[in-house]
Amino acid sequence: MKNPIAERITDFLKHYPPFSSLTYQSLLDIAKSCHVIYLEKNQTLFKINDATHDFFYVVASGAVGLSVTSDADDVLIDKCDEGDILGLRPFFAKNNYLMTAKAREESIVYAIPIETFKPFVAANSEVLSFLLESFASNTRNPYDKNHKGKLISENVIYNDQSAEIQYYQPIKYTANPITATPTDIVKFVAQTMSSSKIGSMIIHENRKPIGIVTDKDLRSKIATGLYSIDVTIDKIMTSPVITVADNLSIAEAQIIMLKNNVSHLCVTKDGSTDSEITGIITEHDIVVAQANNPGVLLKQSKRAQKSSDLKEVRDKLTDLIQHSLDKNVPINHIGSIVGEINLAITKRAIELAIEKIGTPPPAQFAWMNIGSQGRKEQLLLTDQDNAIVFEDVPEDKYDAVKQYFLTLAEKVTKTLNKVGYEYCPAEMMASNPLWCKSLTDWQNQFKGWITAPGEKGILMCTIFFDYDFVYGNESLVDAITKTVYEETHDNQLFYAYLGADALKNPPPLGFFRQFLVESDGEHKDTFDLKGRALMPLIDAARIISLSKGIKNTSNTISRYAKLAELEPQNAPVYEACADAFAELLKFRTEEGLKNESDGRYLNLSELSKLDKVKLKNDFQPINDIQEVIKNRFQLTYFT
Amino acid sequence: MKFNWFKKIVKDYPKFWETYLSYFDGNQSKPNRYVVFDCETTGLDYKSDRILSIGAVAIQNNQIIVGDFMEVFLQQDVFKAESVPIHGILREGKEEKIVEAEAVIRFLDFIKDATLVGHHVDFDIEMINQALNRLDVGKLENQAMDTDVMYQKLKYLPQEQHSSLDELCDIYKIKKSDRHTASGDAFITALLFLKLKKKLEI
Repeated sequence: MKNPIAERITDFLKHYPPFSSLTYQSLLDIAKSCHVIYLEKNQTLFKINDATHDFFYVVASGAVGLSVTSDADDVLIDKCDEGDILGLRPFFAKNNYLMTAKAREESIVYAIPIETFKPFVAANSEVLSFLLESFASNTRNPYDKNHKGKLISENVIYNDQSAEIQYYQPIKYTANPITATPTDIVKFVAQTMSSSKIGSMIIHENRKPIGIVTDKDLRSKIATGLYSIDVTIDKIMTSPVITVADNLSIAEAQIIMLKNNVSHLCVTKDGSTDSEITGIITEHDIVVAQANNPGVLLKQSKRAQKSSDLKEVRDKLTDLIQHSLDKNVPINHIGSIVGEINLAITKRAIELAIEKIGTPPPAQFAWMNIGSQGRKEQLLLTDQDNAIVFEDVPEDKYDAVKQYFLTLAEKVTKTLNKVGYEYCPAEMMASNPLWCKSLTDWQNQFKGWITAPGEKGILMCTIFFDYDFVYGNESLVDAITKTVYEETHDNQLFYAYLGADALKNPPPLGFFRQFLVESDGEHKDTFDLKGRALMPLIDAARIISLSKGIKNTSNTISRYAKLAELEPQNAPVYEACADAFAELLKFRTEEGLKNESDGRYLNLSELSKLDKVKLKNDFQPINDIQEVIKNRFQLTYFT
Repeated sequence: MKFNWFKKIVKDYPKFWETYLSYFDGNQSKPNRYVVFDCETTGLDYKSDRILSIGAVAIQNNQIIVGDFMEVFLQQDVFKAESVPIHGILREGKEEKIVEAEAVIRFLDFIKDATLVGHHVDFDIEMINQALNRLDVGKLENQAMDTDVMYQKLKYLPQEQHSSLDELCDIYKIKKSDRHTASGDAFITALLFLKLKKKLEI
């Protein structure tokens, strides 16, 4: 029997892919089996976590929004208009919907039964490829050979940056220096200087500096007989004294001394001679401060004999970070310096642990940092994420070998904890038997995550795919990289999952460009900088660089830089993402240093208007990069 | 029901009618199935005019089940040239045509005990009933819902204020393609019904 309603639906469908590549008769058969659904505005077609339906949907008229729920807010991810397909998820995954589909206006949708459509997918390669492309891109650039020299090039960059860091380092000076009044007698002043082992003394009147006497004055004016030792000090002091404010960098202090041809600077409250003395900076302080540079910190960590030595290095590092931020040193420079020093601390912690155990490792192994440590994006002291891979050993030795490395990891994580790195609450540490295993076991683990990417697997991927070799035999880590590369290559389903995951945190602005803040819980009304702003950029960088076959780069900014190089047409987006990420990371680091927290939650009321504007501008790239992902992996359909 | 049963023994009905009536036997659990239908006719006088075609589509769970559909064209013993421009059904059109009796039997077989839905459905039901009368059987037993009445209720309109299907299509932004074919009107009415049903929270 003729079915004009089915014909009408067929006439509609044939204009849209993938239906356009089916024959009229096939489409008619499909149309006959479909249901027509009317959705009122705001009516839900399916919800996150609903079991998948037996249908997928085509919007016939109106518009259906796809959204995710983020802290009780519905955040719109995409809008499906006439001819758009949604809810394809049951085609590929049996589990629940990942998004909510809700009518944004009155809509009519055609519900097409999966069972009816499946045979057409199997029989028609164009339809199949459309659906697959809906999930993942199969474009991939060949592996970039230039990247092999990563360690060398990073060391070169590192040296440049260390000079820059050094330049901007904070200067430690003597606070509340010993002072004298103008009427004090030279002899007594000299005695005080001698007994206090200091080379200079500031002369004050009502706590305001009026001059300074130094060893040089005593040498040139007293020892030469120009003045006797019982004159008042104001006769021989150098006046006026050069004063500075206390937020000085080494470089600035050096320049001021050179300019004024002096070796001492007086620190006052507001930097002028007219305010109270708070300290004194000497050339010696500069020498010491220079010894406090990253290179020295590295050396110091290499020489450390116990955890407290390492803790000292880490504490100095915190000062360095704070001051570098104050001085607007680019955050990625700070990041890689901090990364190097973190690395050195961890390496030394491992060496110390091996010494402590007393027997050398029974097999080759490599220590990896994972997650944010793997990406070298940890400026603040946050928790430890690490793992051990050891070479394959005969089965009868496996348990003993594993036990050795677990003991080792136990000691290392304990040391790191003393240094200030919290234990990972989720036990993502090498001391956990799950994350301390042989190469083959690791390879199988990664294969498992990649070939059967359930939601849990994806979570693991987001943590473990950002790994960084720290110590031991790097070829073991390379072997894992090779496995990851082989398994992810052209693995469209995997990218579909990873892509969907990367889109789970949409740009954090509401419709009126207001910030989306946490609506309840401990962090109510604060802005989740990590979850809403940093993670989307990190996730996006990971999936795109994986799909491009970029190896050995886990740092987000480096990933974007690499991508901009490989895809000049998208370079503006990638560069904007790198910039936004740097700025957001800076926000987080500053917040964390200020509150001695992990800086995750920003209190918006404490932000200046300018900072708010800056923050908001950093959200646009999130939007743009998610568009790139959505288009590349055609994720609208994966709902 | 008693009345039907009474009729049954008094009169020996043809098989199709017995079958049709049997759908209404047993427990009265409300059927979930609606059938939206429309008849194209030679005119608006149910005494002298005749059905030209019937289009019907089922609704279940607030979804139009496209495959649960029927459409028939009837042989035209009464032909009125003046109504051809309205419905576009020619006396010798290419559609396969069946006699009125068969059309009505197929219709009963399709609707079973579903709730009938139409725009100004009383007229269409009366047209069917007239045809049933010519077969010497009873009237339709199905419950019926009228989209115009639903609209009146929704808007608190007086009963005498009627709205045409065209007007309601405009109001509810339903595309009017295939208007004035039985199945086209049935589909449009089905969409309208889904909307009104939702708004009336039926």
